[in-house]
Amino acid sequence: MPNSPSDPSGSPAAPAVPADLAIVGAGPAGLAAAVTAADLGLRVTLLDAGDRPGGQYYRHPAPGLGAARPQALHHDWSAFAAREAGLRAHEAAGRITFLPGHHVWTVVPAPGAAPGAGEPAKAWRLHAVVGPEERAATVTAAAVLLATGAYERQLPFPGWTLPGVVGAGGAQAMLKAGLVLPGKRVVVAGSGPLLLAVAGSLAAAGARVPAVVEAASYLAYAGRVPTLLRNPAKLAEGALFGGGLLRHRVRLLTRQAVVAAHGTDRVEAVTVARLDRDWRPVPGTGRRIPCDALAVGHGLVPQLELATELGCATRTAADGTAALELDTEQRTSVPGIWSAGETGGIAGAQLALAEGELAAHSVAGRPAPAALHRRRARLRAFAEAMGAAHRPGPGWTGWLTEDTDVCRCEEVPAGRIREAVAELGARDARTVKLLTRAGMGWCQGRMCGQAVAALAGTAPGADRRPLSCPVPLRNLAELPPDGC
Amino acid sequence: MNATPRRLVGGAPEAAYTIEFDGRAVPAEAGQSIAAALWGAGILAWRTTREGGAPRGAFCGIGSCYDCLVTVNGRPNQRACLVPARAGDTVTTQEGTGRAELAV
Ligand code: FES
Repeated sequence: MPNSPSDPSGSPAAPAVPADLAIVGAGPAGLAAAVTAADLGLRVTLLDAGDRPGGQYYRHPAPGLGAARPQALHHDWSAFAAREAGLRAHEAAGRITFLPGHHVWTVVPAPGAAPGAGEPAKAWRLHAVVGPEERAATVTAAAVLLATGAYERQLPFPGWTLPGVVGAGGAQAMLKAGLVLPGKRVVVAGSGPLLLAVAGSLAAAGARVPAVVEAASYLAYAGRVPTLLRNPAKLAEGALFGGGLLRHRVRLLTRQAVVAAHGTDRVEAVTVARLDRDWRPVPGTGRRIPCDALAVGHGLVPQLELATELGCATRTAADGTAALELDTEQRTSVPGIWSAGETGGIAGAQLALAEGELAAHSVAGRPAPAALHRRRARLRAFAEAMGAAHRPGPGWTGWLTEDTDVCRCEEVPAGRIREAVAELGARDARTVKLLTRAGMGWCQGRMCGQAVAALAGTAPGADRRPLSCPVPLRNLAELPPDGC
Repeated sequence: MNATPRRLVGGAPEAAYTIEFDGRAVPAEAGQSIAAALWGAGILAWRTTREGGAPRGAFCGIGSCYDCLVTVNGRPNQRACLVPARAGDTVTTQEGTGRAELAV
């Protein structure tokens, strides 16, 4: 069997034939890249932590749920359906090996192919944990494309740990994959265009959405009219969301935020306040909206652990998050490693599809169609404009009380983090973490990292977790000594 | 017309069965995660925190926050949003670290 992910004993074994390209992540970017690369004649191994291709964006019900119209919960489903058909055809022809349920936790130069000084690695080895039983697997490939996507940016507020307060993307994911809602009356709040999509699908699925609470002002787009006009498809998408919200009588409140959630065992109401330009709550403007769930999120954060472990250079994107520095062919600063989609800056599925195709051409050493380059440039510009408009203002920390838990895992309140900064002299998130345990729990700072950095007065850095997911010690022990 | 997620996507599950949550029967459909089955029954909390004993359930819905940890068939610290609900599963509220039986 060519390119076997692991031997039957379950211990890491070198596959017989390395793939030309290994792709981490089967979301829009990774999927488009896999199909395009296989079209161009490469042998591809595509790995994803989930059971089905599509990533978070095209997350859809398991076959067992028997959904007759999964597209009812999706935008642009045909773009996915076409790529999935391509994937299955290439799989049948042996050009793509798709490995679902594989969570890649590290990428290292393959033994024997380690680079000399100033030389690129000749091959890479990817280590993964497989399935709930966390079996170890390895894949070897000449080139690697990281299409690891993003997770949601959360800004804490009093009451955000109450049951019924869920991530906006989380509510969307649970609806798309499990056909369930967190409540009957769901406030949607935070910042960014995802909120409109979430509110639209929750309402279509039967939830009452009393309000979408957006912290930014859509007036911030005013200065960007040329960029907007170059993206008519995006404008049409916005109008579609707007129309859906009108139909379901959802109110859009801008320059306002949920500054507290109330309840004892679960959320019963939220307080919404006006914000000034810097996102500071304006005193005396708070009012309560009753609800039984709150879906909240402030945009997305590129998921970069694998890339930063490899030493890939990063930049600060317009939305304030750290994103990978990529050239026009989607190459990272590390030779042999490409990346596409949200890892290069949050920009949505359409751009991810285009970038995946660009990366595939580059890996195959073929020039990409000029139209693809133009499309990428246009969509990137739009994303930067959007990111700047929704970037959190520094005043959001004004809605924290001293006892608001910032780190959900380790239950570290804002007061203790402020004390570490003001009295113990912590100047960055890492020192705060060492002094308070914020970010040291199960999620490794994914939920609180952005907030802790803001409280420490620094820009959030790139993800620097030693491993991209918790890995059983036995898997680490099985790593070949020259493999790390 | 009352919209529901199921009406929106149409169709029917291959199988429907129950799982047990803290002694209570909860319906589940083939392909749902444990978290989805619990949400479907209006249950939003299934663990308490180590320090404050506060109730928690699913937050991120995609396996990255670890807030939905639960004990499934006696095995603690399972992410309910990732683990499929299977016929006959016994799910119990997880307290603290989920290792109460090891406490001295
Ligand atoms: S809800 Fe976040 S890990 Fe399950």
